[in-house]
Amino acid sequence: MSIQANNISKTFGGYKALDNVSLHVPQGKLVSLLGPSGSGKTTLLRILAGLEFPDSLDQSSIRFHGEDVTAVPAGQRGVGFVFQHYALFKHMTIESNIAFGIHAKPRRLRPDKHAIRARVEELLKLIQLEGLGKRYPSELSGGQRQRVALARALAVDPKVLLLDEPFGALDAKVRKDLRRWLRTFQEQIGLTTIFVTHDQEEALELADEVVVMNNARIEQVGDPQTVYDHPASPFVIEFLGNVNRLSPGFRPNRTHKQALYVRPHDIELFPGDADAGSWALDGKVLHVFAAGNYGRVTLQRTLTGEPLEAEIPRERLRKLNLQPGDPVKIRFTHTRVFEQIDATHQELREIIETE
Amino acid sequence: MHPSKTFRSRNDSPRTPAATAESPAVRLTLIAVTMAFLSLFLFLPLITVFHEAFRHGVEVYLASFDDRHVRHAIRLTLLTAAICVPLNLIFGVAAAWAVTKFDFRGKSLFVTLIDLPFAVSPVIAGFVFIIIFGAHGYLGPLMERWDVQIVFAFPGIVLATTFGTVPFIARELIPLMQAQGRDEEFAAMTLGASGWRTFFKVTLPNVKWGLFYGIILCNARAMGEFGGVEVVSGNISGKTSTMTLHIQTLYFSFATVPAFAMASVLAMLALVTLVLKKRYRMVGDKKRINL
Ligand SMILES: Nc1ncnc2c1ncn2[C@@H]1O[C@H](COP(=O)(O)OP(=O)(O)OP(=O)(O)O)[C@@H](O)[C@H]1O
Ligand SMILES: [Mg+2]
Repeated sequence: MSIQANNISKTFGGYKALDNVSLHVPQGKLVSLLGPSGSGKTTLLRILAGLEFPDSLDQSSIRFHGEDVTAVPAGQRGVGFVFQHYALFKHMTIESNIAFGIHAKPRRLRPDKHAIRARVEELLKLIQLEGLGKRYPSELSGGQRQRVALARALAVDPKVLLLDEPFGALDAKVRKDLRRWLRTFQEQIGLTTIFVTHDQEEALELADEVVVMNNARIEQVGDPQTVYDHPASPFVIEFLGNVNRLSPGFRPNRTHKQALYVRPHDIELFPGDADAGSWALDGKVLHVFAAGNYGRVTLQRTLTGEPLEAEIPRERLRKLNLQPGDPVKIRFTHTRVFEQIDATHQELREIIETE
Repeated sequence: MHPSKTFRSRNDSPRTPAATAESPAVRLTLIAVTMAFLSLFLFLPLITVFHEAFRHGVEVYLASFDDRHVRHAIRLTLLTAAICVPLNLIFGVAAAWAVTKFDFRGKSLFVTLIDLPFAVSPVIAGFVFIIIFGAHGYLGPLMERWDVQIVFAFPGIVLATTFGTVPFIARELIPLMQAQGRDEEFAAMTLGASGWRTFFKVTLPNVKWGLFYGIILCNARAMGEFGGVEVVSGNISGKTSTMTLHIQTLYFSFATVPAFAMASVLAMLALVTLVLKKRYRMVGDKKRINL
């Protein structure tokens, strides 16, 4: 089931939480809504679920597989919603939690007792919590509760799955496991899924498509690689991955009015006395740390005092044998700058240097 | 009970060495002052009530209830509570629901207004009802035309009592439901549950102990109401005299034992309320395990 949302605006007492947002999610895709706190991710998700309604039902529209559901209430949209803080029913057992949606169906659509039991068992198995059905939510760990919340949402066979920061409250290890589990699971059943996160790593690693939100608007939509490699705005490049921001006009022979961006892995280092070309900058090593194939070098640019992060292959690092305090020559292999086209538009310009 | 499982409420933090390390003299003085205060204002009156009631033995005590007016007063009080508590139950739940689950204009004003009966003297409220519904009041002629009597009659008593007890249930529920948030209700909605189902299966079970406590408090207050009822009812023995009013009448006519016998019934109600309240707190704490 595809999702098509058009011109969604939402104001809360004068505050614009969503500003004319449009979004298309193709059938069966796993899409992530990524953005800083307060950017409107939850609001958009709740509007898609029917827990909240856009300001104007005439100008905005939401279609599930072409069918207009703009004014349809949450219970009839066929969405499974997983809340950031689980929102499990505290006074019910895990079984009753999972079966809640099935019991809520009108009598003629409700399966009989045995069928419900079987369905609950099947779901418990799916979330790998067999045998824990008689427990109460308070007797489960955070990761287990999260999976129960998912099972409860899946019990009613939703056509669309919406997850609000599903791993937000969990520690790094559990997060990683659940993330992988969700990916496999989503691939298996091919349910159109949107999940909210403000963790860029999570979004890039998990999603088929990333929707970057900022300030009540969508900044960019695209697959993770595209969004990472071709950011549409300074916001996107700063929000996704590590990046060094250099003050405008840093080069003697080219003046830019806008800030420049360099990813840490687009930096090359040379010994301080080497001839690294006329564009190389002078700098000083502050800190070196190597883990895995790449070493992380913290630098300071001599001229301006700006700090820089560089990622250097370990092999190269060994050859350079850098120590804190050493002078270095710094070269950028790939620099990005956003040229102001008009008041509202900026265009990415990439400067790629090979020598 | 699983011995391996311990329930601990949020504020039940492990004891640390007294942060307030006052000298023993200060501590003793504080405790002594508190105990003296409690004895003077709580225990002493309570003991006096029972002492006076049973001063001439159990038989005289029981005989106090063998009186038409006394029985009528008890019936009247029970009936008043039986009408007033359900009314406030409906209002309290509706108000708490509205305040915590919806956003609307004038919400904070509404919340403040719920507390009004606590701030206004019941006697003044009683006079206001007389001014509105009395024979010479604003709506007096209308009442006469419809042939309903509110002031100096049972409806007036219910009105005054209900007014005085409005805040109890709503006050108990609002903080509780606010702490719960709306997410569980939203979850129920996305799962296709109707409003009623959501209310009875999700909202109510989450607040049932708070609701229970609100009800017993409301009931205790309804039965103990005095000032407003006295003004509105006219205190006609055998007609509009509730328990509290009749106790006063008896006492002023030197029928001390019957007066205190009735008072002992209200005192017992208070004690039962306290015990139930204590139980509620305990169960409530267990239920409120962090989640
Ligand atoms: N019910 C509401 N009433 C008033 N303002 C609201 C309401 N819901 C959201 N907002 C405001 O709308 C903005 C967007 O909120 P939203 O919850 O969508 O952010 P978010 O992107 O999900 O942030 P987070 O990552 O912190 O969850 C916020 O500034 C928030 O204060
Ligand atoms: Mg959010």
